[in-house]
Parts: sequence; C-alpha cells; structure tokens
Amino acid sequence: MIEAQELHKLYGPMTALQKASFKVHRGEVVGLLGPNGAGKSTTMKILTCYISPTSGTATVNGCDVFDDPVGARRAIGYLPESTPLYYEMMVLEYLEFMAAMRGFKGVEGRKRIKTAVEQTSLGDVLGKEIRALSKGFKQRVGLAQALVHEPPILILDEPMSGLDPNQASEIRDLIKEIGEKRTVILSTHNLAEVQVTCDRVLIISGGRIVADDKPEELMERAGKAKYVATIQGGSDGAASAQKAFEKIKGAATVRARAGEEADELVFEILPDGGKDLRADIFKAAVAADLVLLGLEHQGENLEDIFRDLTRVGEA
Amino acid sequence: MQNIMTIAGRQFRSYWNGPTAYIVLALVLAALGWFFWSTFFLYDQASVRQMFDWVGILSAFATPALAMGLLADEKRQGTIELLITLPVRDHEVVLGKFLGVLALYGVLALLTIPYPIAVAQFGPLEAGPVMTGYLGMLLQGAAMLAIGLMASSFTENQVVAFFVALALTMFFFLVDKMLSLVPSEVAGALEWFSFGYHFGPMTRGVIDLRNVVFFLSVTALCLGVTFRSLESRRWS
Repeated sequence: MIEAQELHKLYGPMTALQKASFKVHRGEVVGLLGPNGAGKSTTMKILTCYISPTSGTATVNGCDVFDDPVGARRAIGYLPESTPLYYEMMVLEYLEFMAAMRGFKGVEGRKRIKTAVEQTSLGDVLGKEIRALSKGFKQRVGLAQALVHEPPILILDEPMSGLDPNQASEIRDLIKEIGEKRTVILSTHNLAEVQVTCDRVLIISGGRIVADDKPEELMERAGKAKYVATIQGGSDGAASAQKAFEKIKGAATVRARAGEEADELVFEILPDGGKDLRADIFKAAVAADLVLLGLEHQGENLEDIFRDLTRVGEA
Repeated sequence: MQNIMTIAGRQFRSYWNGPTAYIVLALVLAALGWFFWSTFFLYDQASVRQMFDWVGILSAFATPALAMGLLADEKRQGTIELLITLPVRDHEVVLGKFLGVLALYGVLALLTIPYPIAVAQFGPLEAGPVMTGYLGMLLQGAAMLAIGLMASSFTENQVVAFFVALALTMFFFLVDKMLSLVPSEVAGALEWFSFGYHFGPMTRGVIDLRNVVFFLSVTALCLGVTFRSLESRRWS
C-alpha cells in the first residue's frame, strides 16, 4: 500500500531523514513514534507529496510521489499537524469545499459528507464557525475532511496532541474504528496511544528508523520487568550495597543512581528470569544491614524501549 | 479547471466572511466618490476619465490589501498544506487564488458603475471610453493583484506581503510621474513601465493591443513567479 525506499531529506545543512525505508500493508494501522524533530512530519509530508525527498522514493497506492503526486494524494486522507482549518468558514461549508475539491458535488457530495459527519459525530455543529469550536471538535472536523472521499489510506500527524484525556480517548476510539477498514499511518510521541491503536510501530529517531515491530514484540524485546530499590545512605555506601544486590540469585544487572533526596540511593535491578525477586531483594538488604525505604516492581512499558532506542539514535 | 473554480469560489466567499472585503471596498468607494465628485463640476465635462485616474491610485493601495492574505495567511495557519495535498496541481492553487481575488475586484468595478450612470444625467456621456476604461481597470487590477499574490507567496506575514506589494504597485504607478528627474534617454524606457502610460489611452476610448499585452504580461509573469515560489517549498 505504501512503500518508502531510502528516503533522505535535507533541510539546508540539517538532515531530517536518513535512508528511511519501510512498508505499510493494506489494512494496517502503523504508528510513527519518535521524539519531536525526529522526522515524523517530514515522512508524512513526503508521502502526501507536499515536499519532495532529497533522494530516495516512495509509492502510495501504487503511485510514485514524483511521477504521479495527484494520484497518490487522491488515495490519501491527510490530517496535518495541529489541524489547520479555515477558521472563518462554517463546518458544513468547509466540508462541502473539501468534498468538491475531491470531485464530489451535489447529491454524491452530500452523501459523502453525511457519512463523514456521522462517523465523526459532527451533526450538532454543522452550522457553527470552525473558529468557535473546541479543540476536540476541530480535530473531528479535520478527521471528517480526511474521510470525506473515503480514502483507502489515512495519514494523521499527531491526531491526539493537545487534547484533554477525554477528547483524546474519543479520537483514539474513532481512529481504531476507522482503522478497521483502512490503512492508517499516525504519528505521535505518546506511547500509550500506540499501544492502544496500532498494529505496528515504527520508531524513528534522528531521521532514522530504529525499530519496526509489533508493539507487543517490541515490549518483549526490551521489556523485562525491573525492580527499583531505594535505600537510605550516602554515596559512600553505594559500593557495598551494589555488591549485596549483585549477590541475589536471578539478578542480571544492578545499576545505581542518585535518589531524589540527598541521603537516598536508588538501585535498578534487572532480573534474568521471570521469577519475582522482591523477597530476595528485601532479604539481601537486611543481610547487608541496609535500610530499605522503597521497593517497586516496574512493569514493562514502551517508554523505556522508546528511550533506549531513541537515545541510541541520537548517539 | 473545476479545481480552479472551486478554490476561487471559496476564496471569494471567504472575503465576505471577514471584514477585509467590506473595509477595503467601502474605503475605495468613499475615497473615489469624494475625489471624483469634488472636482467633477469644475471640469464641466460629462466624462469619467477623472474617475479612472483615481481608480489607478486607489487600486495601488487597495490591491495589496486584498491580496496580502491570499497565500501568506494560508502559510501562517498551515492550511496551505491541506490545500496542496488535495489532488490538485500547484498552478491550480495559484490560478484559483488569483481568480478569487480578481472576482472581488470585479465587484469593486461593478460598484462604481453608479458613477458613470450619474454622470450621464448631467450630459451626454460617451459609452465607448467608459467601456474601454472598465476593461483597462480590470486589466490593470489583474496586474496589481498578481503582484500582490506574488508578494503574498514570499512570506507568511501579511504585513510584509502588503508592503512589498505596495512598493511594487507604487513603482509601476509613480514611475511616469517623476520622469523630469531622469535623463531623457532613460525617461522613454521608464515611462513604458508605468501603469498609467498603458491605462491612460483606454480611459480615452483607445484600445491598443500593446497596452493589453503589457498588463497581461505583468500578470502572467507575477503568476509564474508565484508558482515557482509555491513550488520551492518542495526543495527548501
């Protein structure tokens, strides 16, 4: 459905994308995940033929972005970052314009608009000026215009940023619903969104694609649980405490870092198996005469993977 | 073609959703009425040539104001990205925007029609010069609006777009007014660049193809530069 080959983009001396290659198959919902400035928007702008890559190429729905940009755009519904809309227009007027630009006028246009309006629950605000809508509703208008021509592909740039949790979860559900029938690429820097909505994640950092996997598999790859133990004492006691924790059976790595308070030390203990180590950590602390202030079992999450991967990308 | 008309239609309608169109049209009509009628009876002629003279200078101010937002505002708001990623070609966006604002200028021209009608009440008004005058007004307006659109494509700041366009329209408007300051060899060439030099004959009822071609050339050149400027986003 979408294929990018070695996309390279320079903005003056700055490299925005470095040989990024990926494929998106029909019906997939793919999350483009990365810190700000990683190249997410650049990738999307290239796919929608707003800008051209410096080198490399991409095809969208079989249309090359250089040779047939209009064909590629026809297959895409696009929601750019921060949802640009004509604020002085009324919602219905705006959707009519967008439908007309897609070649749908008259009866057919009205039918398409009706479907898009129903999908995005915009029925109550059709006669309002876009300017007067809340951010969540503006986002829906943005989605409605992207859906109005029933495109096989949706490209959504940070569709949930800036929304309050309720609005974000509504939009998230909407995207999930839309994604059942369409190919969707969405970008975000929010990991929870990816976990909920996406079939696959591309992690992008410093213009490079550093990971391409299912969310579950990504978590499995780097996602061992870890234990965070906080003990009382200054940095002089760190070495002996470290030794004590390293002696625990099943502890693979022990990392020390400074705590939030002056006389606290924090140890991150990564297990090498699935066994619960909390009791052993407690016993080890007692045996070494350490005062254990806190012990936490942190579950696997994408955040750590994300941080690890994007840090590698920066280096 | 359909895309061009859809974009033009939206642009035209959006002027009426905001204050710009009302303010600019009202100011131009008020100023035109004042300047024209205050001297009309002194000339004691049933002619609207004076009106077209005033239309020239007033348009030099008004067209930058009408055109300044065309692309600059779309860039500032980011809507240009949605517009361009619709299945349209860049030249359709440029032409649609241009026709949208030209239509508004056409409304301005229509709103001045009561003036020649009023003049005709005072004496025999020749229809020919009035019609060629309006043709000239539209041609000159098109050239000025194309300049404004071009300026609007260079920046996302409407104020910058306004002053760049104003500087250019003023150059074309004033260049034949200060010919006494330059050597006579240069004066002839400079005069040829002025809008008044090409517009003047039309207000007298003379249509010279060279004058028509001049305005169309300025329009085409500026629209071409606008197209390039819009396209340059791909590579910057």
